[in-house]
Amino acid sequence: MNKLIIDGAEYQAQDDQTILDVCRQNGIEIPTLCYHPAMEPYGACRLCTVEVIRHGWSNLHTACTHPAWDGLEVKTQSPAVYDVRRTLMGLFLSRCPHVPVIQNLARQYGVTEPPFATDDPDQKCILCGLCVRVCNDLVKANVINFSDRGIDRQVGPPFLEKTRDCIGCGACTIVCPTGAIDIVLEEAGVYAEKPLGPTAAIYVPSLQAVPRVPVIDTDSCIRFRQQDRSNGKIADACGVCQTLCEANAIDFDQQDEILDLTVGSVIVATGFEMWDPKKLSQYSYGRSPHIITGMEFERLSNAGGPTGGQILLSDGSKPKRVAIIHCVGSRDHNAHAYCSRICCMYSLKHAHLVRDKTGAEVYEFYMDMRAFGKGYEEFYERVQEEGVTMVRGRGAVVDVLPNGKLRVKGEDADLGKLLAVDVDMVVLSTAIEAPHDADKISALFGLGRTADGWFAEAHPKLRPVETNTDGVFLAGCAQGPKDVPDTVAHAGAASAAVLGLLDRGEVVIAPTVAEVNRDDCVGCGDCLLVCPYTAITRVEGKAQINAALCKGCGTCVATCPSGAIMALHFTDDQIVAQIDGVLAWA
Amino acid sequence: MGVEFEPKIVAFMCNWCTYAGADNAGVARMESPSNVLPIRVMCSGRISPEMVMRAFRAGADGVLVMGCHIGDCHYSTGNHRSVKRMPLLRNLLATVGVNPERLELTWVSAAEAPRFVQVTHSFTDKIRSLGPLSQEVAE
Ligand SMILES: Cc1cc2nc3c(=O)[nH]c(=O)nc-3n(C[C@H](O)[C@H](O)[C@H](O)COP(=O)(O)OP(=O)(O)OC[C@H]3O[C@@H](n4cnc5c(N)ncnc54)[C@H](O)[C@@H]3O)c2cc1C
Ligand code: SF4
Ligand code: FES
Ligand code: FES
Repeated sequence: MNKLIIDGAEYQAQDDQTILDVCRQNGIEIPTLCYHPAMEPYGACRLCTVEVIRHGWSNLHTACTHPAWDGLEVKTQSPAVYDVRRTLMGLFLSRCPHVPVIQNLARQYGVTEPPFATDDPDQKCILCGLCVRVCNDLVKANVINFSDRGIDRQVGPPFLEKTRDCIGCGACTIVCPTGAIDIVLEEAGVYAEKPLGPTAAIYVPSLQAVPRVPVIDTDSCIRFRQQDRSNGKIADACGVCQTLCEANAIDFDQQDEILDLTVGSVIVATGFEMWDPKKLSQYSYGRSPHIITGMEFERLSNAGGPTGGQILLSDGSKPKRVAIIHCVGSRDHNAHAYCSRICCMYSLKHAHLVRDKTGAEVYEFYMDMRAFGKGYEEFYERVQEEGVTMVRGRGAVVDVLPNGKLRVKGEDADLGKLLAVDVDMVVLSTAIEAPHDADKISALFGLGRTADGWFAEAHPKLRPVETNTDGVFLAGCAQGPKDVPDTVAHAGAASAAVLGLLDRGEVVIAPTVAEVNRDDCVGCGDCLLVCPYTAITRVEGKAQINAALCKGCGTCVATCPSGAIMALHFTDDQIVAQIDGVLAWA
Repeated sequence: MGVEFEPKIVAFMCNWCTYAGADNAGVARMESPSNVLPIRVMCSGRISPEMVMRAFRAGADGVLVMGCHIGDCHYSTGNHRSVKRMPLLRNLLATVGVNPERLELTWVSAAEAPRFVQVTHSFTDKIRSLGPLSQEVAE
């Protein structure tokens, strides 16, 4: 452990640390331009200059390259340091008079006007070499470098010509301290922007993600994009996240793992999927970037979203008129006959957000307003008071006009008139539906499904979280459309049902099981063949039923040629008595 | 015009699908014919040929056997047995002089309340047009 004195106080340092590292670690501010923590220090800009006193000799050194040796004394604010930085900022400002970062730094050192004549007032590059290093050392695309010497020195691709070797990762634009590099998306080979997607290759899926850990989008990650598809080997490129992660949590070799768990009960909470509005062409979804679904609106208005939560059109301007169409794909015999239940309220929320964030006029096309929950009707009233125009009637058609505007037509049933509104943005409050793979889940757990596709509960009123398969429960939208409060209540009930089983530690099984009369059994074994639960075995030449395994379907009873099996509570005598009874009475 | 013949129909229903479907039809206030006399069993696989014959003997003019759709049986494969049994039984009915149309095997899931109503109505109509079983057997 090295000890050194910085601005009069003592600090400890590791052997491999630089003076800058120690200062940053301890909150001592040192300005830098060419330094980036993910790359080797380079010492190009000299802005991090500090005064280093060793064995009584004082010298000026760049903090980013100077090792934090034992016994050093460092002054980061001395007059000599200030002088050097002031001179440097004068030079930088003369080179790049219009770059805000440079202007601000220069002002900190008392320089407000360029002290020297400026060659090119549009110059933004300070030749710090960060872009060159990131491209060559980290990304390993080797596309940009320095060319020429002295005052002609510049950065760029070979011969300053466009090159197809650029992978369009954008790393150079991100590290450039002065914003001197622009990425122009113009050719194939450069990945198209994802307008509503994440903005970096590593991101936390959503602010409320559980667990709240970042994931790597392997389609955009520089390292994965250069993966050798033939053998799956990942390129040895970039890895900035790994370099910077102090918890050392980045593992590029991580693979999906399949765990085998033995459990006593299962809660199926597979939720919903969004119905695809392309299925009904009158909504023109996909024909304009400004026709979006409610889910896309959620992403747009999310503070973690692509616009930082602002509601903007694709050209970056705020919409002046927005239409919100309810029941898209719901209550419609061409799509889903049922009411999706949540969309009225989220549409009102969206209307409120548009009013609040943009002040745009909002036209809300609805058939009935289903403000069913506690406080919901009050919210409906509030949104009306906020000036949202409510049009009672289904938004029937959305047309994309030649000028890019959108025309929503529908009937205003209150006025008994057809209506057409030209708007800048249309939000389709699309239906929710059972996940596309619900049939697999239902086969896996033996779950029934109601006609609308959602999983069936054991009883619509009395057993809303149970299913007809013992130990399997439902929670949330898996059982049918629900908003968050209802989902939470339903899930709470499902958990309580599971805890009840755990607490008891034993299961109660129905008494409707089959029993063999050993005297009548001839040991033919037909019952063994039909039992779906392998509950029957042959013991000493006769059938024997394991009551814990038997579920009481009675198939063996009907199969047994000797009539040796009895289904308790559904005996032949009982059923026959019923048959005779109903017929005698009818 | 005499009083129209009202058939008696025994309907065996499995507990998990058809019985629940019938229940849902009732909850939804859908009307199914009162000719249909329900007998609940745990699975359509529980219904033996003897029971169907017993129903005819005890005075039923038609018998409906109803269960879960194939693949949906609560006990996985109970209804696979019914699929094999009931056609055989229909052949047998013909040999004893009973119109095999008087026995029908069909599937109604818990979600298919409207189907329950439709199936019971159309079967009742069919049996009504076939006339009483006693007449047929007497002939
Ligand atoms: C646009 C929009 C806005 C909304 N706004 C509101 C609002 O403001 N307030 C409100 O109360 N409600 C709102 N809702 C409703 C809310 O989203 C739902 O109530 C809630 O998400 C239901 O939760 P869930 O857990 O049942 O289902 P989901 O949220 O759908 O969660 C199900 C999860 O299961 C996962 N999954 C699916 N299949 C499998 C499988 N086979 N194996 C493992 N995992 C699987 C899915 O990936 C998903 O993560 C809104 C809904 C929409 C569409
Ligand atoms: S909740 Fe409202 S918008 Fe959604 S389907 Fe039902 S009525 Fe239509
Ligand atoms: S930051 Fe140290 S020289 Fe640029
Ligand atoms: S449980 Fe319905 S047919 Fe088997």
